Amino acid sequence: MSATSNSWTLRLRQAIDRHLPMDHLLPDRQPYYVGSWVYVFGVVTIAALAWVVVSGVVLAFFGPQWWHDSRVGRFFNSLHFWSVQLFFIFMVLHLWGQYFMAGWRSGRAATWMIGVVIFAVSILTAFTGYLSQQNFDAQFIAINAKDAMNSAGIGAFFNVLNFGQMYGLHIMLLPIGVTILVVLHIVMVRTRGVVKPIDPEGGMRP
Amino acid sequence: MKSMGATQDEYYRGVRMVPYDLVKELFLALAGVGLLALLAALILSSPDVAPVTIANWAQSDPVDFVTTATNELAGASTSAAYGNPYNTAGPGQSWGPIAPQKWFGTRIPVDSGNAFVIQPLQRASSSNTDLGKGLFAWQGATADQQAKWLDAYGKALPNATVTDGKVTVADGDYGPLPVMMSNLLGVAQAGGLDGLLVINGRFYQTDYTQPLLFMGDGGYLAGLAADAHLTGSLWGMMNETGSYPGQTWLWLYTMWYQVPPFTSSTGFLGLNSSNADLGIIILMTLLTVALALVPFIPILRDIPRWIPIHRLIWRQYYAPRGSTVRP
Repeated sequence: MSATSNSWTLRLRQAIDRHLPMDHLLPDRQPYYVGSWVYVFGVVTIAALAWVVVSGVVLAFFGPQWWHDSRVGRFFNSLHFWSVQLFFIFMVLHLWGQYFMAGWRSGRAATWMIGVVIFAVSILTAFTGYLSQQNFDAQFIAINAKDAMNSAGIGAFFNVLNFGQMYGLHIMLLPIGVTILVVLHIVMVRTRGVVKPIDPEGGMRP
Repeated sequence: MKSMGATQDEYYRGVRMVPYDLVKELFLALAGVGLLALLAALILSSPDVAPVTIANWAQSDPVDFVTTATNELAGASTSAAYGNPYNTAGPGQSWGPIAPQKWFGTRIPVDSGNAFVIQPLQRASSSNTDLGKGLFAWQGATADQQAKWLDAYGKALPNATVTDGKVTVADGDYGPLPVMMSNLLGVAQAGGLDGLLVINGRFYQTDYTQPLLFMGDGGYLAGLAADAHLTGSLWGMMNETGSYPGQTWLWLYTMWYQVPPFTSSTGFLGLNSSNADLGIIILMTLLTVALALVPFIPILRDIPRWIPIHRLIWRQYYAPRGSTVRP
């Protein structure tokens, strides 16, 4: 074995080249059957997430009180709010689309499973956002949600009445988690490419 | 090792490929979704109903405030009898041997009577002789005597009258309770209790556990929520003030609270309204895991083949005279 082949850098580059060459990461051609609007739900979900992050960064920069007292702040909160609504609408459409396309076939089960995890973590992220609003909705949701969290023992570590904890999770840890998972999901999609149409005689196994 | 690139090439072998601009599609999506969100933000804005303060509560419904504070002292409020993670006064929810509320112990200790009533009064008593005497009498009394005073005062409160924001009950043997509650109400109405419960001996503070628990014990905030159609029987947490959509993605979670066995006192297999929160969390966890494992669950993974929605999605592929090459 040569000295060069012991290079971790070279090995990493070769592994990336093998698993995800650039023409698969950014292909300029797709199978002819990739012509349905259903394929658009994935990319518009990513676009909505981008607007969620951009509006969220502005809100985080000026702090949690800002948007209650500033018209500009209220606008960015509204942009954040509606981007989140669109994100969930598109994500659910994407999920149903992939279900009816049986998108997990031919080695794509992990892609599907990561997608479900993104859905679950997104719900948690939105939930902490609702708890971080510092308004009546946040109070009511916190008081009611605590019982569910406490009943499952989660409340002992995830205190929905603790604004600081919810805000920190909402603007930092959970968005980073969602973003990393989405990047992983996209890489997995691009690594294997889009799934073929369902063969009436074929299997539905992953 | 076979490369993934080669695998994809093999997978598509024989399939006609056509030009497709992913980057252009992404930029168009960013513009389109951004425009939609922008228009919605400009036209529809977003909800922001001001939070309720303890001062609002004490000013708007002083009898409810005093009744709640009395219940805190008597150990009869929701938070005083809650159990873990706040205290050990209640058993918490369980389902057979599954009792996670108990397992993790009292990690967020809250002594409601002391935290919400006695300690704020002690701080307020430094320049108030009557209150100081009242607190001294309260703390010097036996538990039996305290319980008698609380019982008598609690029975008198439903008939209390309010004059200029002060609560008055019929004459009776309530010990120092009228003085204590009158002072607590005064501190709360002036906004002092909002600060005292949050600061809790510190300067910087972001934890609202105590004031939220206290307000949750009362009926004022719950009444406002009911007026705003936010309460549990109307799908609870997915609702939002005004006509905004709220957390619609929680529809399945909140739906379970509307149906048996979670609405029933007798229930099914030990699941009922008394442990509905735990039962529904377990159920939703199982459903989420099942969703993730759909690719491995026969029948669930076969439904897409039986319901021919895929024929609409890939209409071109399944057309009788569609493209020539099939995989």
